[in-house]
Amino acid sequence: MNYEGKKRIWSEFQKEIPDDRYFYARSCIRQNFNPGAEQAFLDIVRNRFGKDFYEDPLHTTCGGIAYHSDTTPEETSMTIIARQFSLMNQAGYRNFVVSCVTSFGLHTEILQTWEEHPEIEAKIHELLWKACKREFTKPDFLMHSSDMMYHYRFLISEQARYPLINVHTGEPLKVVEHIGCHYSKIFPSKSVGGAEYPRVLAGLVEALGGSVVDYPERRHCCGFGFRQYLVKANRGYSLTNTYKKFESMEPFHPDLIITNCPGCNYFLDRWQYVIAETSGKTYGDTPGYGIPVLSSEEVSALVMGYDPWDLGLQMHQVAVEPLLDKMGVQYDKSRKYKGVGGKDLGIPASPANIRIF
Amino acid sequence: MIDFGYGISPSSAINLDKFDRTMFEELAREEPDVLKCMACGSCAASCPTAGHSDMNLRKVILLLGRGREDEALRMVSHCMLCGKCLIVCPRGINTRHLILSVTKIYQKK
Repeated sequence: MNYEGKKRIWSEFQKEIPDDRYFYARSCIRQNFNPGAEQAFLDIVRNRFGKDFYEDPLHTTCGGIAYHSDTTPEETSMTIIARQFSLMNQAGYRNFVVSCVTSFGLHTEILQTWEEHPEIEAKIHELLWKACKREFTKPDFLMHSSDMMYHYRFLISEQARYPLINVHTGEPLKVVEHIGCHYSKIFPSKSVGGAEYPRVLAGLVEALGGSVVDYPERRHCCGFGFRQYLVKANRGYSLTNTYKKFESMEPFHPDLIITNCPGCNYFLDRWQYVIAETSGKTYGDTPGYGIPVLSSEEVSALVMGYDPWDLGLQMHQVAVEPLLDKMGVQYDKSRKYKGVGGKDLGIPASPANIRIF
Repeated sequence: MIDFGYGISPSSAINLDKFDRTMFEELAREEPDVLKCMACGSCAASCPTAGHSDMNLRKVILLLGRGREDEALRMVSHCMLCGKCLIVCPRGINTRHLILSVTKIYQKK
Protein backbone atom coordinates (compact mmCIF):
# COMPACT_ATOMS: atom_id res chain seq x y z
CA MET A 1 0.00 0.00 0.00
CA ASN A 2 1.30 3.48 -0.88
CA TYR A 3 1.09 5.12 2.54
CA GLU A 4 2.31 8.54 1.42
CA GLY A 5 -0.66 8.93 -0.92
CA LYS A 6 -3.09 7.56 1.64
CA LYS A 7 -1.82 9.93 4.34
CA ARG A 8 -2.56 12.86 2.02
CA ILE A 9 -6.13 11.60 1.51
CA TRP A 10 -6.57 10.92 5.23
CA SER A 11 -5.35 14.40 6.15
CA GLU A 12 -8.26 15.83 4.17
CA PHE A 13 -10.85 13.80 6.08
CA GLN A 14 -10.21 14.43 9.74
CA LYS A 15 -13.05 14.47 12.20
CA GLU A 16 -13.31 16.24 15.51
CA ILE A 17 -14.22 13.78 18.25
CA PRO A 18 -14.97 15.17 21.71
CA ASP A 19 -13.21 13.63 24.69
CA ASP A 20 -16.01 13.08 27.20
CA ARG A 21 -19.76 13.15 27.94
CA TYR A 22 -21.34 10.89 25.36
CA PHE A 23 -24.93 9.80 24.77
CA TYR A 24 -25.25 6.26 23.37
CA ALA A 25 -27.74 4.80 20.88
CA ARG A 26 -27.61 1.03 20.45
CA SER A 27 -27.82 -1.10 17.32
CA CYS A 28 -30.77 -3.46 16.90
CA ILE A 29 -28.79 -6.04 14.86
CA ARG A 30 -25.86 -6.04 17.24
CA GLN A 31 -28.05 -6.19 20.32
CA ASN A 32 -29.49 -9.43 19.05
CA PHE A 33 -26.54 -11.20 17.51
CA ASN A 34 -23.43 -9.94 19.31
CA PRO A 35 -24.61 -8.29 22.53
CA GLY A 36 -21.17 -8.67 24.11
CA ALA A 37 -19.70 -6.17 21.64
CA GLU A 38 -21.81 -3.26 22.91
CA GLN A 39 -21.40 -4.30 26.53
CA ALA A 40 -17.61 -4.35 26.11
CA PHE A 41 -17.69 -1.01 24.30
CA LEU A 42 -19.55 0.69 27.16
CA ASP A 43 -17.33 -0.98 29.72
CA ILE A 44 -14.10 0.08 28.00
CA VAL A 45 -15.13 3.72 27.65
CA ARG A 46 -16.76 4.02 31.06
CA ASN A 47 -14.61 1.88 33.30
CA ARG A 48 -11.23 1.56 31.58
CA PHE A 49 -11.03 5.18 30.36
CA GLY A 50 -13.27 6.76 33.03
CA LYS A 51 -15.51 8.68 30.60
CA ASP A 52 -19.10 9.75 31.11
CA PHE A 53 -21.10 7.56 28.71
CA TYR A 54 -24.85 7.76 29.21
CA GLU A 55 -27.39 5.29 27.89
CA ASP A 56 -31.08 6.05 28.22
CA PRO A 57 -33.28 2.94 28.68
CA LEU A 58 -36.09 4.77 26.84
CA HIS A 59 -34.20 5.02 23.54
CA THR A 60 -35.34 2.88 20.60
CA THR A 61 -34.22 1.64 17.21
CA CYS A 62 -33.58 4.42 14.66
CA GLY A 63 -35.91 2.73 12.17
CA GLY A 64 -33.08 2.40 9.64
CA ILE A 65 -33.87 -1.19 8.69
CA ALA A 66 -37.48 -0.32 7.88
CA TYR A 67 -36.40 2.81 6.00
CA HIS A 68 -33.81 0.98 3.90
CA SER A 69 -36.25 -1.86 3.25
CA ASP A 70 -38.74 0.64 1.82
CA THR A 71 -41.38 -0.10 4.43
CA THR A 72 -41.42 3.31 6.18
CA PRO A 73 -40.85 6.80 4.75
CA GLU A 74 -37.87 8.92 5.80
CA GLU A 75 -40.12 11.21 7.88
CA THR A 76 -40.80 8.28 10.22
CA SER A 77 -37.09 7.74 10.82
CA MET A 78 -36.61 11.47 11.20
CA THR A 79 -39.23 11.61 13.95
CA ILE A 80 -37.76 8.59 15.73
CA ILE A 81 -34.28 10.12 15.59
CA ALA A 82 -35.65 13.49 16.72
CA ARG A 83 -36.99 11.66 19.78
CA GLN A 84 -33.51 10.19 20.46
CA PHE A 85 -32.09 13.73 20.29
CA SER A 86 -34.82 14.85 22.68
CA LEU A 87 -33.79 12.14 25.16
CA MET A 88 -30.18 13.29 24.79
CA ASN A 89 -31.21 16.93 25.48
CA GLN A 90 -33.22 15.81 28.49
CA ALA A 91 -30.20 13.99 29.94
CA GLY A 92 -28.00 17.04 29.36
CA TYR A 93 -25.66 15.65 26.68
CA ARG A 94 -24.52 17.12 23.32
CA ASN A 95 -22.34 14.32 21.87
CA PHE A 96 -24.32 11.57 20.19
CA VAL A 97 -22.68 8.16 19.64
CA VAL A 98 -24.31 5.65 17.29
CA SER A 99 -23.47 1.96 17.49
CA CYS A 100 -24.61 0.89 14.00
CA VAL A 101 -23.17 2.04 10.67
CA THR A 102 -26.54 2.15 8.92
CA SER A 103 -27.92 4.13 11.82
CA PHE A 104 -24.92 6.45 11.65
CA GLY A 105 -25.50 6.92 7.90
CA LEU A 106 -29.16 7.64 8.52
CA HIS A 107 -28.42 10.16 11.27
CA THR A 108 -25.90 11.88 8.99
CA GLU A 109 -28.35 11.90 6.08
CA ILE A 110 -31.10 13.36 8.25
CA LEU A 111 -28.91 16.07 9.78
CA GLN A 112 -27.73 17.02 6.29
CA THR A 113 -31.31 17.08 4.98
CA TRP A 114 -32.36 19.39 7.83
CA GLU A 115 -29.33 21.58 7.11
CA GLU A 116 -30.34 21.97 3.46
CA HIS A 117 -34.13 21.98 4.02
CA PRO A 118 -34.98 23.77 7.28
CA GLU A 119 -38.67 23.44 6.40
CA ILE A 120 -38.38 19.64 6.77
CA GLU A 121 -36.77 20.05 10.19
CA ALA A 122 -39.62 22.37 11.19
CA LYS A 123 -42.11 19.74 10.07
CA ILE A 124 -40.35 17.08 12.19
CA HIS A 125 -40.47 19.38 15.24
CA GLU A 126 -44.21 19.54 14.67
CA LEU A 127 -44.59 15.74 14.15
CA LEU A 128 -42.56 14.94 17.27
CA TRP A 129 -44.65 17.33 19.33
CA LYS A 130 -47.86 15.77 18.00
CA ALA A 131 -46.56 12.26 18.63
CA CYS A 132 -45.13 12.59 22.14
CA LYS A 133 -45.08 16.23 23.24
CA ARG A 134 -41.31 16.48 23.00
CA GLU A 135 -38.90 19.16 21.73
CA PHE A 136 -35.34 18.62 20.53
CA THR A 137 -32.12 20.32 19.51
CA LYS A 138 -29.53 18.73 17.25
CA PRO A 139 -26.31 17.30 18.75
CA ASP A 140 -23.02 19.21 18.54
CA PHE A 141 -21.14 16.08 17.51
CA LEU A 142 -22.26 12.85 15.87
CA MET A 143 -19.90 9.88 16.13
CA HIS A 144 -19.96 6.24 15.20
CA SER A 145 -18.67 3.74 17.78
CA SER A 146 -15.68 2.95 15.52
CA ASP A 147 -14.81 6.69 15.55
CA MET A 148 -14.56 6.33 19.32
CA MET A 149 -12.34 3.26 19.07
CA TYR A 150 -10.13 5.16 16.61
CA HIS A 151 -10.07 8.18 18.92
CA TYR A 152 -8.97 6.03 21.86
CA ARG A 153 -6.68 3.69 19.87
CA PHE A 154 -3.50 4.73 21.66
CA LEU A 155 -5.16 4.37 25.07
CA ILE A 156 -6.29 0.88 24.02
CA SER A 157 -2.77 0.14 22.81
CA GLU A 158 -1.32 1.29 26.17
CA GLN A 159 -3.54 -1.23 27.95
CA ALA A 160 -2.96 -4.00 25.39
CA ARG A 161 -2.42 -7.42 26.91
CA TYR A 162 -2.55 -9.40 23.67
CA PRO A 163 -1.52 -7.14 20.74
CA LEU A 164 -2.38 -8.18 17.19
CA ILE A 165 0.87 -10.10 16.82
CA ASN A 166 1.32 -13.77 16.05
CA VAL A 167 3.02 -15.11 19.17
CA HIS A 168 4.45 -18.06 17.24
CA THR A 169 6.18 -16.03 14.52
CA GLY A 170 6.46 -12.55 16.06
CA GLU A 171 4.89 -11.13 12.88
CA PRO A 172 1.93 -8.68 12.91
CA LEU A 173 -1.39 -10.42 12.28
CA LYS A 174 -2.76 -9.83 8.77
CA VAL A 175 -6.05 -8.02 9.20
CA VAL A 176 -8.71 -7.30 6.61
CA GLU A 177 -10.57 -4.13 7.54
CA HIS A 178 -14.10 -3.86 6.19
CA ILE A 179 -15.98 -0.59 6.48
CA GLY A 180 -19.77 -0.57 6.21
CA CYS A 181 -20.98 1.34 3.13
CA HIS A 182 -23.12 3.75 5.15
CA TYR A 183 -20.16 4.88 7.25
CA SER A 184 -18.50 7.06 4.63
CA LYS A 185 -19.71 6.27 1.12
CA ILE A 186 -22.70 8.63 1.53
CA PHE A 187 -20.99 11.52 3.31
CA PRO A 188 -17.18 11.06 3.14
CA SER A 189 -16.59 14.31 5.04
CA LYS A 190 -18.34 12.94 8.15
CA SER A 191 -15.90 10.03 8.47
CA VAL A 192 -12.34 9.47 9.58
CA GLY A 193 -10.35 9.12 6.36
CA GLY A 194 -12.99 9.53 3.63
CA ALA A 195 -14.74 6.98 1.44
CA GLU A 196 -12.00 5.48 -0.68
CA TYR A 197 -9.51 4.57 2.01
CA PRO A 198 -11.21 5.19 5.35
CA ARG A 199 -8.66 5.43 8.12
CA VAL A 200 -10.95 4.54 10.99
CA LEU A 201 -10.21 0.81 11.19
CA ALA A 202 -6.78 0.82 9.50
CA GLY A 203 -5.56 3.27 12.15
CA LEU A 204 -6.94 1.12 14.96
CA VAL A 205 -5.42 -2.09 13.56
CA GLU A 206 -2.00 -0.49 13.19
CA ALA A 207 -2.12 1.00 16.70
CA LEU A 208 -2.90 -2.46 18.06
CA GLY A 209 0.09 -4.02 16.29
CA GLY A 210 -1.56 -5.64 13.24
CA SER A 211 -0.91 -5.06 9.54
CA VAL A 212 -3.72 -4.12 7.15
CA VAL A 213 -4.30 -6.27 4.07
CA ASP A 214 -4.77 -4.21 0.91
CA TYR A 215 -6.61 -6.58 -1.44
CA PRO A 216 -8.40 -5.80 -4.75
CA GLU A 217 -12.01 -5.93 -3.47
CA ARG A 218 -11.22 -4.10 -0.25
CA ARG A 219 -13.91 -1.47 -0.70
CA HIS A 220 -16.52 -3.87 -2.11
CA CYS A 221 -19.82 -4.04 -0.22
CA CYS A 222 -20.54 -7.15 1.89
CA GLY A 223 -23.78 -7.49 -0.09
CA PHE A 224 -26.25 -7.29 2.81
CA GLY A 225 -28.11 -4.37 1.23
CA PHE A 226 -31.33 -4.94 3.20
CA ARG A 227 -33.72 -5.91 0.38
CA GLN A 228 -30.97 -7.97 -1.24
CA TYR A 229 -31.00 -10.15 1.81
CA LEU A 230 -34.54 -9.74 3.11
CA VAL A 231 -36.10 -10.90 -0.18
CA LYS A 232 -35.12 -14.54 -0.49
CA ALA A 233 -35.05 -14.42 -4.29
CA ASN A 234 -32.27 -11.81 -4.07
CA ARG A 235 -30.29 -13.56 -1.37
CA GLY A 236 -27.89 -15.15 -3.86
CA TYR A 237 -26.83 -11.64 -4.84
CA SER A 238 -25.97 -10.84 -1.25
CA LEU A 239 -24.05 -14.10 -0.89
CA THR A 240 -22.18 -13.54 -4.18
CA ASN A 241 -20.88 -10.16 -3.02
CA THR A 242 -19.37 -11.73 0.07
CA TYR A 243 -18.00 -14.63 -1.99
CA LYS A 244 -16.30 -12.13 -4.32
CA LYS A 245 -14.60 -10.47 -1.35
CA PHE A 246 -13.42 -13.76 0.12
CA GLU A 247 -12.01 -14.96 -3.21
CA SER A 248 -10.17 -11.66 -3.51
CA MET A 249 -8.70 -11.67 0.02
CA GLU A 250 -7.85 -15.40 0.09
CA PRO A 251 -4.37 -15.14 -1.53
CA PHE A 252 -3.31 -12.70 1.23
CA HIS A 253 -4.06 -15.28 4.00
CA PRO A 254 -5.78 -12.92 6.46
CA ASP A 255 -5.88 -13.96 10.11
CA LEU A 256 -8.83 -11.78 11.02
CA ILE A 257 -11.52 -9.55 9.53
CA ILE A 258 -12.45 -6.44 11.50
CA THR A 259 -15.61 -4.51 10.67
CA ASN A 260 -17.38 -1.46 12.02
CA CYS A 261 -20.86 -2.41 10.79
CA PRO A 262 -23.12 -4.93 12.57
CA GLY A 263 -24.65 -6.00 9.23
CA CYS A 264 -21.28 -6.60 7.55
CA ASN A 265 -20.07 -8.39 10.65
CA TYR A 266 -23.03 -10.72 10.60
CA PHE A 267 -22.95 -11.49 6.89
CA LEU A 268 -19.19 -11.87 6.43
CA ASP A 269 -19.41 -14.31 9.33
CA ARG A 270 -22.56 -16.30 8.46
CA TRP A 271 -21.98 -16.46 4.69
CA GLN A 272 -18.76 -18.38 5.36
CA TYR A 273 -21.00 -21.13 6.74
CA VAL A 274 -23.25 -21.00 3.66
CA ILE A 275 -20.27 -21.03 1.28
CA ALA A 276 -18.78 -23.98 3.17
CA GLU A 277 -22.06 -25.90 3.20
CA THR A 278 -22.83 -25.28 -0.49
CA SER A 279 -19.37 -25.55 -2.03
CA GLY A 280 -17.24 -27.15 0.69
CA LYS A 281 -14.80 -24.24 0.69
CA THR A 282 -13.36 -22.59 3.82
CA TYR A 283 -11.01 -19.61 3.84
CA GLY A 284 -9.09 -19.77 7.11
CA ASP A 285 -5.39 -20.62 7.29
CA THR A 286 -6.22 -23.46 9.67
CA PRO A 287 -7.85 -26.23 7.55
CA GLY A 288 -11.58 -26.57 8.12
CA TYR A 289 -11.89 -23.18 9.85
CA GLY A 290 -13.07 -19.85 8.47
CA ILE A 291 -11.62 -16.37 8.97
CA PRO A 292 -12.95 -14.89 12.24
CA VAL A 293 -15.00 -11.72 11.75
CA LEU A 294 -15.05 -9.35 14.75
CA SER A 295 -16.20 -5.80 15.34
CA SER A 296 -13.77 -3.03 16.25
CA GLU A 297 -15.00 -3.13 19.86
CA GLU A 298 -14.60 -6.92 20.12
CA VAL A 299 -11.04 -6.73 18.75
CA SER A 300 -10.17 -3.89 21.13
CA ALA A 301 -11.64 -5.76 24.10
CA LEU A 302 -9.81 -8.95 23.15
CA VAL A 303 -6.53 -7.04 22.86
CA MET A 304 -7.19 -5.47 26.29
CA GLY A 305 -7.54 -8.91 27.85
CA TYR A 306 -11.32 -9.43 28.13
CA ASP A 307 -12.29 -13.10 28.31
CA PRO A 308 -13.40 -14.18 24.81
CA TRP A 309 -16.44 -16.04 26.13
CA ASP A 310 -17.54 -13.12 28.34
CA LEU A 311 -17.25 -11.02 25.18
CA GLY A 312 -19.67 -13.40 23.47
CA LEU A 313 -17.30 -14.50 20.71
CA GLN A 314 -19.01 -17.91 20.74
CA MET A 315 -22.00 -16.12 19.19
CA HIS A 316 -20.07 -15.82 15.92
CA GLN A 317 -20.48 -18.57 13.34
CA VAL A 318 -16.77 -18.80 12.56
CA ALA A 319 -14.74 -20.23 15.43
CA VAL A 320 -12.28 -17.77 16.95
CA GLU A 321 -9.99 -20.35 18.55
CA PRO A 322 -7.32 -20.27 15.77
CA LEU A 323 -7.13 -16.48 16.19
CA LEU A 324 -6.94 -16.73 20.00
CA ASP A 325 -4.09 -19.24 19.66
CA LYS A 326 -2.20 -16.94 17.28
CA MET A 327 -2.62 -13.99 19.68
CA GLY A 328 -1.64 -16.11 22.68
CA VAL A 329 -4.93 -15.36 24.46
CA GLN A 330 -5.48 -17.51 27.57
CA TYR A 331 -8.95 -19.07 27.44
CA ASP A 332 -10.84 -22.02 28.85
CA LYS A 333 -12.20 -24.23 26.04
CA SER A 334 -14.77 -25.81 28.33
CA ARG A 335 -16.37 -22.40 29.10
CA LYS A 336 -17.23 -21.66 25.45
CA TYR A 337 -20.86 -22.67 25.73
CA LYS A 338 -21.39 -21.68 29.36
CA GLY A 339 -23.48 -18.68 30.25
CA VAL A 340 -23.56 -16.48 33.32
CA GLY A 341 -22.89 -18.48 36.49
CA GLY A 342 -21.78 -21.52 34.48
CA LYS A 343 -25.25 -22.15 33.02
CA ASP A 344 -25.07 -24.64 30.14
CA LEU A 345 -26.09 -22.93 26.88
CA GLY A 346 -25.96 -26.14 24.85
CA ILE A 347 -23.55 -26.96 22.05
CA PRO A 348 -24.81 -26.01 18.56
CA ALA A 349 -25.05 -28.65 15.84
CA SER A 350 -21.82 -28.98 13.88
CA PRO A 351 -21.92 -28.07 10.19
CA ALA A 352 -20.44 -30.62 7.81
CA ASN A 353 -17.74 -28.47 6.23
CA ILE A 354 -16.77 -25.71 8.65
CA ARG A 355 -15.58 -26.31 12.19
CA ILE A 356 -17.15 -24.40 15.06
CA PHE A 357 -14.68 -25.40 17.78
CA MET B 1 -24.23 -30.20 0.58
CA ILE B 2 -27.23 -28.13 1.65
CA ASP B 3 -29.66 -26.48 -0.76
CA PHE B 4 -30.56 -23.13 0.80
CA GLY B 5 -32.82 -22.13 -2.11
CA TYR B 6 -30.22 -19.64 -3.36
CA GLY B 7 -26.55 -19.84 -4.24
CA ILE B 8 -23.41 -18.13 -5.46
CA SER B 9 -23.91 -16.52 -8.88
CA PRO B 10 -21.10 -17.19 -11.35
CA SER B 11 -18.65 -14.32 -11.57
CA SER B 12 -18.88 -11.99 -14.55
CA ALA B 13 -15.35 -10.70 -13.95
CA ILE B 14 -13.07 -10.72 -17.01
CA ASN B 15 -9.48 -11.71 -16.39
CA LEU B 16 -7.56 -10.20 -19.29
CA ASP B 17 -4.60 -12.47 -18.57
CA LYS B 18 -6.63 -15.62 -18.99
CA PHE B 19 -7.68 -15.58 -22.65
CA ASP B 20 -5.88 -15.53 -25.95
CA ARG B 21 -5.96 -12.03 -27.45
CA THR B 22 -4.07 -12.98 -30.65
CA MET B 23 -7.16 -12.82 -32.88
CA PHE B 24 -8.33 -9.51 -31.48
CA GLU B 25 -4.86 -8.02 -31.87
CA GLU B 26 -4.82 -9.21 -35.50
CA LEU B 27 -8.24 -7.61 -36.01
CA ALA B 28 -6.99 -4.35 -34.49
CA ARG B 29 -3.98 -4.40 -36.85
CA GLU B 30 -6.20 -4.91 -39.89
CA GLU B 31 -9.03 -2.65 -38.67
CA PRO B 32 -7.51 -0.06 -36.27
CA ASP B 33 -10.96 1.60 -36.20
CA VAL B 34 -12.19 -1.16 -33.87
CA LEU B 35 -10.30 0.61 -31.08
CA LYS B 36 -12.13 3.87 -31.86
CA CYS B 37 -15.55 2.46 -30.87
CA MET B 38 -16.96 4.22 -27.83
CA ALA B 39 -19.82 1.75 -27.42
CA CYS B 40 -22.51 4.41 -27.98
CA GLY B 41 -24.85 1.81 -29.49
CA SER B 42 -25.97 3.86 -32.53
CA CYS B 43 -25.11 0.87 -34.73
CA ALA B 44 -27.27 -1.44 -32.63
CA ALA B 45 -30.15 1.05 -32.60
CA SER B 46 -30.18 1.37 -36.40
CA CYS B 47 -29.70 -2.33 -37.18
CA PRO B 48 -32.66 -3.78 -39.14
CA THR B 49 -31.86 -7.35 -38.04
CA ALA B 50 -31.94 -6.46 -34.34
CA GLY B 51 -35.71 -6.93 -34.25
CA HIS B 52 -35.53 -10.61 -35.18
CA SER B 53 -32.05 -11.67 -34.07
CA ASP B 54 -29.54 -10.91 -31.34
CA MET B 55 -27.23 -8.97 -33.69
CA ASN B 56 -25.69 -6.02 -31.85
CA LEU B 57 -22.44 -4.62 -33.26
CA ARG B 58 -21.63 -2.67 -30.09
CA LYS B 59 -21.81 -5.91 -28.14
CA VAL B 60 -19.85 -7.82 -30.82
CA ILE B 61 -16.90 -5.45 -30.40
CA LEU B 62 -17.04 -5.70 -26.59
CA LEU B 63 -17.28 -9.49 -26.69
CA LEU B 64 -14.33 -9.83 -29.08
CA GLY B 65 -12.23 -7.65 -26.77
CA ARG B 66 -13.15 -9.91 -23.89
CA GLY B 67 -12.30 -13.15 -25.66
CA ARG B 68 -15.90 -14.35 -26.07
CA GLU B 69 -15.64 -15.00 -29.83
CA ASP B 70 -18.30 -17.70 -30.05
CA GLU B 71 -21.07 -15.37 -28.89
CA ALA B 72 -19.76 -12.55 -31.11
CA LEU B 73 -19.58 -14.72 -34.25
CA ARG B 74 -23.09 -16.04 -33.65
CA MET B 75 -24.34 -12.45 -33.62
CA VAL B 76 -22.33 -11.44 -36.69
CA SER B 77 -23.81 -14.36 -38.66
CA HIS B 78 -27.13 -12.46 -38.70
CA CYS B 79 -25.66 -9.34 -40.36
CA MET B 80 -27.07 -8.55 -43.85
CA LEU B 81 -24.27 -6.03 -44.60
CA CYS B 82 -26.88 -3.32 -45.33
CA GLY B 83 -24.53 -0.63 -43.98
CA LYS B 84 -27.03 1.39 -41.95
CA CYS B 85 -24.66 1.24 -38.97
CA LEU B 86 -21.93 2.70 -41.16
CA ILE B 87 -24.10 5.77 -41.86
CA VAL B 88 -24.89 6.48 -38.20
CA CYS B 89 -21.53 5.75 -36.54
CA PRO B 90 -20.42 9.03 -34.89
CA ARG B 91 -16.79 7.91 -34.93
CA GLY B 92 -16.86 7.29 -38.69
CA ILE B 93 -15.96 3.61 -38.36
CA ASN B 94 -16.42 1.58 -41.54
CA THR B 95 -18.54 -0.94 -39.72
CA ARG B 96 -19.40 -3.03 -42.77
CA HIS B 97 -15.74 -3.51 -43.56
CA LEU B 98 -15.10 -4.24 -39.88
CA ILE B 99 -17.70 -7.01 -39.93
CA LEU B 100 -16.16 -8.51 -43.06
CA SER B 101 -12.73 -8.44 -41.41
CA VAL B 102 -14.14 -10.09 -38.28
CA THR B 103 -15.56 -12.96 -40.31
CA LYS B 104 -12.34 -13.28 -42.32
CA ILE B 105 -9.99 -13.30 -39.32
CA TYR B 106 -12.10 -15.36 -36.95
CA GLN B 107 -12.96 -17.91 -39.65
CA LYS B 108 -9.44 -19.24 -39.15
CA LYS B 109 -10.46 -20.32 -35.70
